[in-house]
Parts: sequence; C-alpha cells; structure tokens
Amino acid sequence: MENTIVAISTAAGNGGIGIIRLSGPKSFEIIDKIFIPKNKSKKIKGYTLKYGNIINPENNEIIDEVLVSYFINPQSYTKEDMCEINTHGGMVIERKILNICLKNGAEIAEPGEFTKRAFVNGRIDLSQAEAIIDLINSKSDKEAKESINQLQGNLSNKINEIEEMLMQIMINIEVIVDYPEYDIDEITNDEALEGLSKISNMLNNLEKSFERGKLIKDGVKTVIFGKPNAGKSSLLNKILNEDRAIVSNIEGTTRDSIEEYINLEGISLKLIDTAGIRNTDNEIEKIGVEKSRKLANEANLIIAIFDGSKKLDEDDYEIIDIIKDKTAIIVLNKIDITTNVNTKDTLTKLCKPTVEISALNGIGIDNLYDEIIKIFSLENITNDNEVIITNERHKSQIRKANQSIENAINSIRNNMPIDISSIYIKQAMEDLGEITGKNVSDDIINEIFKNFCLGK
Amino acid sequence: MSYYAGKYDIAVIGAGHAGCEAALACARLGMKTLIFSISLEAVANMPCNPHIGGSSKGHIVREIDCLGGEMGKNIDKTFVQLKMLNTSKGPAVYSLRAQADRKKYQAEMKHTLEKQENLFLKQAEIVGISVEDEKVKSIETNIGAIYEVKSVILATGTYLKGMIHIGDVSYSSGPDGVAAANKLSDVLKDLGITINRFKTGTPARVNRRSLDFSKMEIQEGDSEIEPFSMENNFQKAKDQMPCYLTYTNEATHKVIRDNLDKSPLYSGKIHGTGPRYCPSIEDKVVRFADKERHQLFVEPVGRDTDEMYIQGMSSSLPEEVQIAMYRTVPGMQNVEFTRPAYAIEYDCIDPQELKLSLEHKRINGMFFAGQINGTSGYEEAAAQGLIAGINASLKIKGKDPIVLDRSQGYIGVLIDDIVTKGTNEPYRMMTSRAEYRLLLRQDNADLRLTEIGHNVGLISDVRYERFLEKKEKILKEIERLNNVIIKPTDRVNKFLEKHNSSKLSTGAKLADLLKRTELNYKELAEIDEDRPELNKEIQKEVEIQVKYEGYIKLEEAQVEKYKKLENKKLGEEINYEDIKGLRLEARQKLNKIKPLSVGQASRISGVSPADISVLLIYLETYKNNKN
Repeated sequence: MENTIVAISTAAGNGGIGIIRLSGPKSFEIIDKIFIPKNKSKKIKGYTLKYGNIINPENNEIIDEVLVSYFINPQSYTKEDMCEINTHGGMVIERKILNICLKNGAEIAEPGEFTKRAFVNGRIDLSQAEAIIDLINSKSDKEAKESINQLQGNLSNKINEIEEMLMQIMINIEVIVDYPEYDIDEITNDEALEGLSKISNMLNNLEKSFERGKLIKDGVKTVIFGKPNAGKSSLLNKILNEDRAIVSNIEGTTRDSIEEYINLEGISLKLIDTAGIRNTDNEIEKIGVEKSRKLANEANLIIAIFDGSKKLDEDDYEIIDIIKDKTAIIVLNKIDITTNVNTKDTLTKLCKPTVEISALNGIGIDNLYDEIIKIFSLENITNDNEVIITNERHKSQIRKANQSIENAINSIRNNMPIDISSIYIKQAMEDLGEITGKNVSDDIINEIFKNFCLGK
Repeated sequence: MSYYAGKYDIAVIGAGHAGCEAALACARLGMKTLIFSISLEAVANMPCNPHIGGSSKGHIVREIDCLGGEMGKNIDKTFVQLKMLNTSKGPAVYSLRAQADRKKYQAEMKHTLEKQENLFLKQAEIVGISVEDEKVKSIETNIGAIYEVKSVILATGTYLKGMIHIGDVSYSSGPDGVAAANKLSDVLKDLGITINRFKTGTPARVNRRSLDFSKMEIQEGDSEIEPFSMENNFQKAKDQMPCYLTYTNEATHKVIRDNLDKSPLYSGKIHGTGPRYCPSIEDKVVRFADKERHQLFVEPVGRDTDEMYIQGMSSSLPEEVQIAMYRTVPGMQNVEFTRPAYAIEYDCIDPQELKLSLEHKRINGMFFAGQINGTSGYEEAAAQGLIAGINASLKIKGKDPIVLDRSQGYIGVLIDDIVTKGTNEPYRMMTSRAEYRLLLRQDNADLRLTEIGHNVGLISDVRYERFLEKKEKILKEIERLNNVIIKPTDRVNKFLEKHNSSKLSTGAKLADLLKRTELNYKELAEIDEDRPELNKEIQKEVEIQVKYEGYIKLEEAQVEKYKKLENKKLGEEINYEDIKGLRLEARQKLNKIKPLSVGQASRISGVSPADISVLLIYLETYKNNKN
C-alpha cells in the first residue's frame, strides 16, 4: 500500500485513554512532524514507547502529552510501519490529533482497512481470508445502509443542491468547448465567480456545522470544574446516581478524568470530572491539573463548582479567570452547610447562569438541568433547519471540495481560460461525488444533451 | 459455386474509415491483407458531414497520425478549408477541423490502398465467416470465393441490414445509395454475437446554384493553418472554400410541427436508438420548443461539385415536407435538393463483448472496429480501425496487443468507454469524456504516442529521430527558462508595464514571468536576450508546458492515483462466480466484461466500491496462493 492511513482506534466514549493509529510508509515521517519527544534521540526502534507532546506544527500549540509506540515493518499488525498515539482520551483531543495527522499527509482509513492491510500484506494467513472478505463485505453493507439513511435526509438534499449549481456552471463551460461552432452564450468569468462564491459559502457553512454536529453525535462535552474538595465528584455521582467516580474528602484523589454520558431531554451530555485545580508540588498531580485547564479550554460547557460555604480564595479566582469567556454554569455547592454572602455576590456578578445546590443531598440539581437545557436545547443547536454534518469523512470531502472551489476562483481571477479553471470545478464535483457516489463525467454529458440543442 | 481463393493473414471487411486504417496498418506491419468493399466507389466515403476533426475529434486524428495511421495525411492532401476551433480557450481544447473535398479524399485513400504492398483491395460482399473451435478459419464472398485467413476485422459501418427511412418510404440500402449487406449480421448472430439496432441520420445535399449566400453569414478558414499530420508542414493557406451560416425560423418550425405525424421517428416505424448529440431537426423542434431558431451550417462538399451539405437539418420527414421546410430558411427560398435527408437503421454489436484489444472475447482472431461497435464519427471509426489492425497483426506475430489507457489518449478513453460501459446510443467522443484532458492535448499527441507508434513499427525511423530531436529541444528550452533570471532593470519594468504586468523588485525566473497570464513566449523575446532559434511548434509546446505547469501537475497527480488501480491486473482466467463476497450483479457483470485491471472493473456500472475491495483481497490471496 502506498498511502498512509490514520484512524481513532478506541471506541467513542470509552473514557480515560484514546489511541490514534497510523499505518503506511509515511507513518514515521508524519509522527516526526507532529510529535516532540522528551528524549530528543531521532533513532526509531520497533516495539518501543516514547513520551512527549503532540503539537500542531502550524502554530506549535501543544495538543496533548502522549505516549507513542513504534512498530517497524514487517513487525506490526499491518506489516507496515505503524505508530500508535496514546492520548489522554476524549473525543475533542482525539479528533484534533486525527486532523493534524490528516493535514500532515495521512488519509482517513476506510472501515476495516487496518485489518484489510494486515491481510493484504500477508500478516493474516490464507485460512482467514474468507472470513475477512465476509467481514469487509458486511461492513460495507452496513456503511452503505448508514450512508443511505443519512443521504435520504437533509445532507443529501444540500449536497445535491450544491452539485446541481456546480453542474450548471460546468455544463455551460463544457458545452462551449465541445460545440465551439454553436451560438451558445459563453459563460462569463463574473457569472462563474458569482456562482462559485455562493457555493463556497454553502460549503463553508456545512463545514462549520460539523462542530455542532459533533455536539449531537458525541455529546456536549461538559467539564465539571472546580478546586479540590468543592464537590465535583459528588455532583457527578449525584447526576449519574451511581458510585462511578472515586469520591473522597481528601484533596487531590481524583487524578484522572472520568467520562460519563447522560441524556437530558434529547441532549447528550458527556460529563468529565477533572482533577482539582490547585497549585501543587506533586509531579503526578501536576499533570492532572494542567490537563484540567486544557479540558476546560476544549469543553462545550463548563460546570464551575464552588464551595459556597467558604470565602473565595486564590484558586477560586483563578477558576473564575479561566471560565469568564466560556460557556459556563456556576454552581454554588454546600448550601446545606451555609452560604457565604460575599462569595455569592462575587459569583453573581459574573453574569453567568448560577444555581445553588447541595451535591451531598441532591438539592438544586434539577435547576442545574434546566440551565443546561436552556443553553443546549436542540432548537438552539440546529436553528433554521440547517443541515448538520456529523461524519468525519463527509467533513473531509466537503473541505476538499471547498479547497478546489477556492482554487477555481483564484484561477479565474488570474484570467486563466475558463476550461482550465474548470479542472478545479470538476475536482470539486468529484470530491462531493464521493459523498453521494456519482460518476461526474457521465453526468456532465447527460446534462449537456438535456440542456442544449446540438447536432447535425 | 464456391472456390478456394488462397491463403491470407488478415481480411478486413469494409473499406470505410475504420477498414482503411485497419488494412493499411496490417499490410504495413507485413501481414498479407485483404480488404473488401461492396462497392469500390464507396472507399473512405463520408456519407454524412464533409468535414474531419473538430472538438476532441481533431485530437483523435492527431493521435491516429502519431501512431502511424493515415487519416491525418489523407485530409492534409484533400482539405478545402482548415480552422483551429476554441482558440479563445485553453490549449487543452484547441481543435483542428478541416472541410474535406469528399471525392478527392476517397480517391486519395483508395489510391493509397492500391499502392500499398501486401494489401489486396477487392469489391465483394462477405456472406460467410467460418469459425472452428472458436477460431476464425476463412471467409466467403457473395460470389463464392473462399479465403483462408488467420484473422478477420469487421468494419461494416452502417451497411449491416441498412434500412433507409424518408417519410413513409423505407428501403434496404447502405449509405449514399450503395447496397446494404443483408447476410453478415445473421452470420454473426449464428456465432452467438449479440446484435443491436442503432439509427442515425443525415441532412439533405443541395445545389449551390439554388442558394442565396447574400442572406447568410460567410465563415472563412484560418489564414495561418497547421496540418493534421505531424509529418507535414504548411503555414500559408490558399484557395480555401468558405462555409456559410444561416438559421431556421418560426416558419420552419411550423412546417415541422404540422407534419410530425409523417415522421417515422414519431410514428414508431424506426426502432433503432438514435444519438442524442445528433438529433434530427424534428427532434430539436420538439425537445427545445422554446428555442426560436436553430443554426444551420452550409458546407461545401468539394471543389469539383456544386453539392453542398446543410449541417443542422437532418430529418426523416417525407421529401415533400423537407423541401417545404428547407425553403423557409433565409438564403434557401429556392433550394433544389440533390439528395434528400434520410434516417438510416443498421445492425451493430455490443462492444462489451470485446477485449480492449478490440478482439472478440470468445472468438479467436475476430476483431471489430468502427460503427459496428456502436460508435459514430469518421475519426472514432478510424481510431478503432488502426488499433484493431495493429492488434490483429501483433497477435499473428505472437506479441501482446497495444492498449492505450485513459491517460494516454482519447483513443484510450474511447475504447475503454465502449468496452467497459457499453453504449446504448451511437457513441461520439467529447472532451468532457476525458478525465485528463489537459494532458491529452492535440499539440502533444506526438509526445504521448510517437514512441508507441515507432515500437509497433508504423512510425519510420526518420520521423522518430526527428521527434526525439524536437522532444530534446523542448526539454532544453524549458530548463533554460527555469534557469534564466531576469533582473529588475528599468528596461524590464518598462516592458512589464507596457503589458499591464506588475513590476519586478527582485530577479525573477523567465519561467515565472511566462506563467503570468498577461505575458506570452513571443513577447518575452524582448527581454530574453539569449533565446535560441526554435520553430513555432516547439515554441508553442514550451509555452503551454510552462504556462500551465501547475494545472498539468494536478492532472498528473490524478493520473498517478488512477494508475494504481489500473496496474492491478485481473487475469482472463478468473471465474468471478467463484469469488465469495462479490454481489451477484457484480459477478455477472465482471464475468461478461472480464476487465483487464481492477481500475477497469471499477468503471463497470453495477460494480460497487465494496466489490472492488473484495477483488483487491482476492488478488492478494491469489498471489499468495501462487507463491
């Protein structure tokens, strides 16, 4: 296989750890671009782990600290060069790393492709071949069914609408090329540009909708945020109504994040309990604290929990500072003990939805739910019957198509002959065609004959 | 009474554009070759439009020429007008078109056949083909001559059970009054070959004296012309004949609408499938009812005749109605027909039964080319004839066939399309059918194909040497343009200003300046002191390759991607029924088409991406099995 594929290998919502897998000849090259190991040695050995940070090479932003395992061909699952990136998990980080891999030369893996490669490269023996054929076939069928379901909905209407607009521009170019002697009005650059910018806008909107699509598909990533012992784990346990988080009144025992899903009137919430925000000298705990800050940055919603019975301290103010520009609900906990008036005043002034609860007794939890629903009701997420995309592959095709459209616009602006610029328009149609499964050339020819009167 | 007429290598049935190319290729490759025509007056006839080339078809003629075919040379000798179309567009779609002197074209081609060593031109109708153990043995003429042959190439055009329709009058005929071949398609049917029925049509020929050109728009040829054949060289045109442009109008359309019931197309008398790109005038008026007028091109048929061809007015209405409607057109008030418009139905085969070499999948040594394969157009026919001729010869020599892929030429696109997808109407080439058209230009046909033509043995060493020299010069000049740095002097910036191009502040490569749309190679000579002396063709080629480099690279990358699947070969021996995991429809289609590669398989309708995954896995299993 000549290309390098990438996929998130852990199932969605599986908690604390996520694995992103790369396979193919460029695996090490891609890793080299996006991973800064603590041990700078460039030497790659098979069956080894390196510790370091995944960065976005465009701006050197650190995405997550990770462990990367290396497998040198043929000693790997696929018998190709492979890397596995072990992250702290969570869909946002996993998707981010996936995107960075895609931007740096990897291609998204088809369903079952790692297994397919394992077979194609002779990793799996002949006796297993038939089983794999069945497996891939069943996956394809399932995929096909799923995409048909999605295609019957709004997305296909939207894509069809865009394809139709592209087709109109395209056939107007093609017909004058194939029938130069006929008196067909030539499409002007301005007409083409107008159509293309309209299309570009539509594609932009679709691309953007992916973020909201993820809220629906993966859930609203909700981080429960607060300094140690403010009651984060108690609140999570109350919400889940089960003892999943380690609850303790000794500060700093929740070192890892715990993720859980709940459903509130159709809104899926992905709850993450974090290690407390606190300045600490404990090295292991420090990692957890920093991670909490990062998670807060990536969250769709922060539930900031404060001990309402106490005075606000330095750590509390730091939390306030972090949440002030974010979507957050302020929770004043421990009203069963007492309420500190100054604390309440200060927090109310933040102009964020505020609820008073007792996590221990379950008082006020319903009010918290109401506030969440107010912010994330489905109507708020999907206004104007707008189409939302949820599939990573669709998003990547739409992005490709949009890039092609931009290229076409630039080409026309540079006064290239229109049939040359149309190379990009056709490319965009092919990019979209991979979502809907259409054959572009045949379609163009059919449309030309339908729309123009030609011939001897 | 039949008799044994001797032993030959190859027999070509039909001497139209496909047959002539096929026979010449075979004979030139050393095969003892026969070519038959029902009438020798019909050799290389143009029973429809009297022109060759045009959008994408001009590309095909150049490709034929660079593979060692005859069409380009023959039209260069016999054109009456030459024109490069699409010059306001990108270089990918520049298209050369020639108006032909039809009789001269025929005479020239017939003489070329006659002069050719190893080639025997015969007037006869072929009424029998004998096949033993799925292998061609001999053919028999209507007068009982039996020729023993190793291979046969069928290039029968529209002659098989040809049926002409004019209004309610129908009669058995080939094109242009030549007799139809009424026996051969039954022979094919008996051999188990699928027979389809297609239809096409042609407009009236009229007498020049009856036309009033003052009411039409004159259309002249180019003053500077270039030849189709890369062996030729001419630049100044002389004595070109003009074409004329006129239009139908509401009166014309009314005559048509009032008489639609008399059209065999609408009465259901014609069953054959006609082409969408070549509708009759009644089709156009019905389908595009709100169009107020349709263009008509009046084209000369030759220098020694006053017949003219009226492009845009094909019809199968009764002659009386035809005359009435033609006379409503400006400049044709008094038109006199020499031949009426007609529709013709004919038998053809399903090209999906062929290999990409154009040999029948089952019957050894039986090749098909041209309209019998469901295509339309002289150029498409000639291209197939050439490929069938080459491959029939290579087969006898025990060599692998020549198969062009979709990135090598329009000929590759054409044959891959019909063999892989089949066609349910007469197939016409269009630039839109080519995925990589910026790579498949008419100017670089020699760069794409001369090597292949030379390897086959149809391009002479002399021409090949000249080609290598040209190629070298192009490469060198492009290299030079990429190395010469132009400094931002006053003189340079003045030059740039003059051409509305932004000034330089630092040095720039000449190649980068050439990439600017507002500058061209010729003008840049002013600031390019050490420019070598190069001929026009080379200059043009260099300019295109540099100017459109980014776009060319984009298509080259697409080709790379396409070739990956194309290079995964599928053997003919594979029985797709045995492959677990393929869907039923895919198994049937794959067994019918027997694609040569996974790439070709992916273009078959009814074969899904999931089926392709299964095929890829099967291939690996198969390979591992062998090891």
